Amino acid sequence: MANATLRIFRGDREGGRTQDYEVPVAPGMVVLDALHYVQAHQAPDLAVRWNCKCGRCGSCSAEVNGKPRLTCKTRMDELPQDQPIAVQPIKSFPIVKDLVTDVSWNYKVNRKIPAFQPRPGVEWKMSQAEVDRVQEFRKCIECFLCQNVCHVLREHEHFEQFGGPRFFVRVAGLEMHPLDGVSRVELLKNEMGIGLCNITKCCTEVCPEEIHITDNAIIPLKERLVDEYYDPIHWIVRKIRGAKAPGAG
Amino acid sequence: MSQYETHEHDVLIIGAGGAGLRAAIEARAQGARVGVVTKSLLGKAHTVMAEGGIAAAMANLDAADNWRVHFRDTMRGGKMVNNWRMAQLHAQEAPDRTRELEQWGALFDRTEKGDILQRAFGGHTYRRLCHVGDRTGLELIRTVQDRAVQLGVEVYMECAVTKLLKDGDRLAGAFGYWREQGRFVVFKAKSVVLATGGIGKGWRITSNSWEYTGDGLAVAYDAGAELMDMEFVQFHPTGMVWPPGVQGILVTEAVRGEGGILRNKLGERFMERYDPKRMELSTRDLVARSIYTEVKEGRGSEHGGAYLDISHQPAEYVKRKLPSMYHQFLELADVDITKGPMEVGPTCHYMMGGLRVDAETAATNVPGLYAAGETAAGLHGANRLGGNSLSDLVVFGRRAGLAASQHAGQVAEPRLDDDQVEQAAREMLAPFERPAGESPYDIHRDLQELMHDYVGIFRSAGDLQHALGELEKLRERAERVRVQGSRLFNPGWHLARDLRSLLIVAEAVSRSAQARQESRGAHSRLDYPNFDEYWARHNNVIARDGETMRLTATPLPEIPDDLKKILAEE
Repeated sequence: MANATLRIFRGDREGGRTQDYEVPVAPGMVVLDALHYVQAHQAPDLAVRWNCKCGRCGSCSAEVNGKPRLTCKTRMDELPQDQPIAVQPIKSFPIVKDLVTDVSWNYKVNRKIPAFQPRPGVEWKMSQAEVDRVQEFRKCIECFLCQNVCHVLREHEHFEQFGGPRFFVRVAGLEMHPLDGVSRVELLKNEMGIGLCNITKCCTEVCPEEIHITDNAIIPLKERLVDEYYDPIHWIVRKIRGAKAPGAG
Repeated sequence: MSQYETHEHDVLIIGAGGAGLRAAIEARAQGARVGVVTKSLLGKAHTVMAEGGIAAAMANLDAADNWRVHFRDTMRGGKMVNNWRMAQLHAQEAPDRTRELEQWGALFDRTEKGDILQRAFGGHTYRRLCHVGDRTGLELIRTVQDRAVQLGVEVYMECAVTKLLKDGDRLAGAFGYWREQGRFVVFKAKSVVLATGGIGKGWRITSNSWEYTGDGLAVAYDAGAELMDMEFVQFHPTGMVWPPGVQGILVTEAVRGEGGILRNKLGERFMERYDPKRMELSTRDLVARSIYTEVKEGRGSEHGGAYLDISHQPAEYVKRKLPSMYHQFLELADVDITKGPMEVGPTCHYMMGGLRVDAETAATNVPGLYAAGETAAGLHGANRLGGNSLSDLVVFGRRAGLAASQHAGQVAEPRLDDDQVEQAAREMLAPFERPAGESPYDIHRDLQELMHDYVGIFRSAGDLQHALGELEKLRERAERVRVQGSRLFNPGWHLARDLRSLLIVAEAVSRSAQARQESRGAHSRLDYPNFDEYWARHNNVIARDGETMRLTATPLPEIPDDLKKILAEE
């Protein structure tokens, strides 16, 4: 059985360095298996988040050879074995320890989003075609890889003004729900800063669920915002009726 | 007052899967101050692994379906040792609980008429599982997660409870630690709901993640609560078998629900020999044993399983109805399931047993302590039907949350006992203080091997005796476990604590399996292959008696005549 070298970041908020670990490579092995091997045999305190081990829960995100990946779905045999495999924590969030980062900011953003609220008197009938469009967004496993690669967060660190692709996907799922009656457009504009997104599609490229984040979520939401705020007819209607507050339907 | 960070709630819920979150929603809706403690981040619990659907007799496709049929299917699937009242409430309330999810924003697949689509599943007479492709559990957890957050439930993420605190006979709260910083934390609560899921991490081949170490069962057992039906551990018939790293990962029953066929290496559709009527959609216990037997008798697939084939269905249909399976096999096993068969074999999946609870209120025998979902026993009897888990979570999660909040409204503030807190803290710190000792990973590996080899699908008196002897040795080794490194996010330290829970659970399973001298549902004894009259009328109940485990065969509650009539119908 061939061996591979894992070059893993070890450290915490105070700093750290990479350390090399030798791991025997079994057929079909994924990077998360290799990390578990290191825990069991060499570094019992190696901090790694994981749960389902099959791409369903989105816990084990890391940067493998510089690429943001779910480690449970990254096969060892797709990585060059003649050099060490670099495993780093995702970069956009503060390090807790080793491969574990503090992603609590995401849960704070999520709390700002008004929940689903059915239009009054709806009949609970929907067609599969209507539902298909929204089910794409609801596939999201919250691995936060999209948040990790988004320039607005990763380079510009606009954590205060911006929601990030994950939460545009969530809002899209609510806004396009066939029976929802709440508008979240003002939130998108003012608190989630959707205007800061310049649609480079980095988020779409890394999504392990293959959600078309930019094309199907962000761009239609940007269009809604334009319709609502900059379309002259909408503008007049708003002036007369008053701005639609979140929750007003 | 304790020297540690302390939080106060009316209702404290331990576990943030479907049952815990549904309990939280209900308790909050009743006006209680609610806290939820979870070992992982919010939304990562094993509920996301439930793929096939939620069973509810809504009769959207098959007009003849109703709660009576669902009740009968559940009881028959559980080989009649289920708690009849739980099975009745579950069947009656599952449709409302499912519609409620839709009203909170869940989006199920639809029928032509625009209603919730339902699919066929093992042991269900009619098409009954409301579903979202093969990711129903994710839809459920997101829905209840968003609802709980919206209602203002406090969530303590990556926090683990190691001990329940008592005030005399009643519950007073819980002691735990933050996984991240390793600091200790104390919760004071009038009611506690345990919803910590299963125990699969005690077996080598399992569909369960690191979290499923039976924490809820162990802390409740320590606090004086009773365990029931612990011999009934479900081995799901279809886990992945190849490559080695993915062994045990779940292959949803929806593959068979959508028409998947099982074959051995000779190409025989072997279920014809074991259950010619229901074939692949027989109950899980029977399909798991059938695959196991085929392999034992030399007719297994290349890597020691069976072939499961869905490739006769149109490729687009497979990708639409089973998208997760399609990707899972393509990416992890280099198999395109639209073109060829999967290799599958049994994997430790689900605990039918757990805390003994009251059917109406989910209350344990300890005042103020409740349990729901996989942590509670009774609903599923000796074997759970697919799809009955998600419905269990919302039906009994709600009932637990309701009863827990009502209890909290009626009792005075509990008093926390500093001695109990200090004792709990000392237990957690001990593994750091030993100058020498074994790695928790080695003990865990040996425990998993032992349970897999001796307390697996088929059991015998000799094997169980051997297992109990070895468990004693493992317990001694665990008492000398040593942890390296600091308290900062240290998985070795966390495992050292989880081992304690697993060892209690492993002993309870082995003792109950030893006592039940018959084969029933998921419990198969090679030395007692048939049903037994006595055991048809008894549940095994376990309670702590000092340092020993006391096991009592307890008569099943008498089924009322009107329900007996339903059960007797064809």
